[in-house]
Amino acid sequence: MNTADLTLPKTELEWRLPSRGRVGMSALIAAEAAIFTIFVVAYLFYVGKSLSGPTPRDVLSPPFFYTFCLLSSSLTIHFASRSLRRWSFRSFGAWWLVTITLGAIFLYGTASEWHRLIYRDGLTISTNLFGTTYYSLVGLHGFHVVVGLACLGTVMVFTLFGAVKQEHAERIDVLSLYWHFVDAVWIVVFTVVYVIGR
Amino acid sequence: MSTESIAWPSTTGESRSFVDHLHEWITTVDHKRLGILYIVYALVFLVIGGVEATVMRIQLIRPHNDFVSPQVFNRMFTMHGTTMIFFVAMPILFGFANYLIPLMIGARDMAFPRLNAFGFWMTAFGGLLLYFSLVGANGLYGAGNAPDVGWFAYAPLTSQTFSVGHSTDFWTLALLVSGFGSIGTAINIVATVLCLRCPGMTLAKMPLFAWLNLVMAGLVILAVSPLTAAQVMLLLDRYLGAHFFDTQAGGSAVIWMHFFWIFGHPEVYVLVLPAFAFASEIIPVFSRKAIFGYPVMVGATVAIGFISMSVWAHHMFTVGMGANVNTFFVISTMAIAVPTGIKIFNWLATMWGGKIEFKTPMLFCIAFLFQFLIAGLTGVMMSAAPFDWQLGNSYFVVAHFHYVIVGGILFTLFAAFYYWFPKMSGKMYSETLGKLHFWLFLIGFHLTFDFMHIPGLLGMPRRIYTYEPGRGWDTWNSIVTIGVFFQAAGILVFLGNLLWSYYRGKDAGSDPWDAWTLEWSTNSPPPAYNFHLIPTVKSRRPLWDLKHPDDPDWKYE
Repeated sequence: MNTADLTLPKTELEWRLPSRGRVGMSALIAAEAAIFTIFVVAYLFYVGKSLSGPTPRDVLSPPFFYTFCLLSSSLTIHFASRSLRRWSFRSFGAWWLVTITLGAIFLYGTASEWHRLIYRDGLTISTNLFGTTYYSLVGLHGFHVVVGLACLGTVMVFTLFGAVKQEHAERIDVLSLYWHFVDAVWIVVFTVVYVIGR
Repeated sequence: MSTESIAWPSTTGESRSFVDHLHEWITTVDHKRLGILYIVYALVFLVIGGVEATVMRIQLIRPHNDFVSPQVFNRMFTMHGTTMIFFVAMPILFGFANYLIPLMIGARDMAFPRLNAFGFWMTAFGGLLLYFSLVGANGLYGAGNAPDVGWFAYAPLTSQTFSVGHSTDFWTLALLVSGFGSIGTAINIVATVLCLRCPGMTLAKMPLFAWLNLVMAGLVILAVSPLTAAQVMLLLDRYLGAHFFDTQAGGSAVIWMHFFWIFGHPEVYVLVLPAFAFASEIIPVFSRKAIFGYPVMVGATVAIGFISMSVWAHHMFTVGMGANVNTFFVISTMAIAVPTGIKIFNWLATMWGGKIEFKTPMLFCIAFLFQFLIAGLTGVMMSAAPFDWQLGNSYFVVAHFHYVIVGGILFTLFAAFYYWFPKMSGKMYSETLGKLHFWLFLIGFHLTFDFMHIPGLLGMPRRIYTYEPGRGWDTWNSIVTIGVFFQAAGILVFLGNLLWSYYRGKDAGSDPWDAWTLEWSTNSPPPAYNFHLIPTVKSRRPLWDLKHPDDPDWKYE
């Protein structure tokens, strides 16, 4: 076949496709959700199967305040990206900072709970099945908060240097998708660890 | 050749040093180069994994053989399985997906080129890590040893107590690392297929290759992630004294089986969907007909994707899960044969009444159709739990899944190599050597894997390093081993053909098969930016439309 006549026609078509950032982040979230599912299943499977103490009922109390902080950070990050679309960089920076602070407070909550469990109650990852599943599931979520905070922090640095512009709104949205996911997972973890597991 | 005189940048002359070339390949983010890196990397591991298989078969050629020790035999089957699945099959299929998807959907690159490079190098280092265990597993003093826990590494064999040293750590870390790479690549494929299609290419006009790889990538995302989670748990058990799979502390060995097979069974479909993708592109071209029943093919693919997530425990019938669970997995496993059967009928209907050209790629595809049918039939046999109780963990199972992976996947892979080699290299392969490869490999395959069913039916368990004479297994095992040498000869002819054609082959031109998808509209090999102008398509066979303006496809679709 002669290829000379195979020059393909140029486009005049109205053609829209989804944004690769959103699709890519959604796919990543699907993968992360699958990882969390396995840890949640392990947690539920081992509830009440520990051969020795301490048990969840003895040592865990629901961290309502820190949960409130993390969940409200979803709202503040939404306000931040809305501000960016409205050209108000000052208000974007402020909301972004509030989001980071709320995330950091949550992380402090996890850290202090772990400190208390380890030093007061003597519960470590190798103590019993409760310790194994508790630290791995809450730790996995905490790890995601740390990664999220690192990303949010990077954006904060760029904001302080005035490098975040309105054209970055799309990327900020993609990042906030991840943050919403981290928050949503906490609802599941909270339910499993502090409600069902107790 | 083509009228488009645009080739690689003119700076790519002979004057460039080897280091420059190396630097170019190592730092590349071009989907075609990464695709070729994946493929070449996988071919190296194919030879390594093949040698491991050959060692096992030589050991089993006669009873009471002592070619290798039992310890070495254990390492061989572990390394063979792990290598072939994670460092041959997955990378080679990712390689073809990487190379072909942007070309087929009229894009200039993948959606995330750097993520693409990241995925490849993670996979590459995962493979190196696995083989570094040979020297590093005992901590670098003296000789190390390779992992020997089997490719699905059942607990509690993997605990510190039973697996001293670091061989199991190398196994789990290698899979963890390459798993991250696979998930990254899968995300990239999803984003590319959904977001970078050229104007006019709606989902219903995509080549089936893109559809099948999209579903494959979705399965990787949902199936490899559980494996990653399970590997993290295993590492926690081994390093921090956690108790996930520690039965002494109330942990469960069975839950590892569940977690592994939640990955392990969809993994089979991760491997076979790209094989279907190759067949769905090659069979129509060499039958000179459009694919039969395109919407049904897409529907069947998506159905396979869904059902494959709910069949994993058919690997565990012998564990004793209870009647209700067994029944569920028997039914779901039998159900997945339906969409797969639909596909076989569609390929047959594509060939029916066509003007079939028996070129090498088509020969491999036809063999695939027969062999995959038989593999599917033994699969349906074993999906019945009582039958599985009898034959679970026997050579019948080994024969069955090698029929799928070699007879199904590897055969279509060879077809894909011959079909797209002219596009990737710009050179035509030798048809004579190609046919020689086909017949050698076909004979070897059937000698090995047809006859492997029989010792399985006669009760020969898998993973034994030797056996007593006089159980009726001797002759069958000898025949099976003889087949291996035919296959090895076929592989050597194949590699020789690739090398010879690359250096000495005739120029192939941009469209040697008179094919219909977009990759054949650009130069061979394609320039770095793929297309001079981004094309617009109106039907599933854009090149047919161009070649036959009087009778284009879009009038009928």
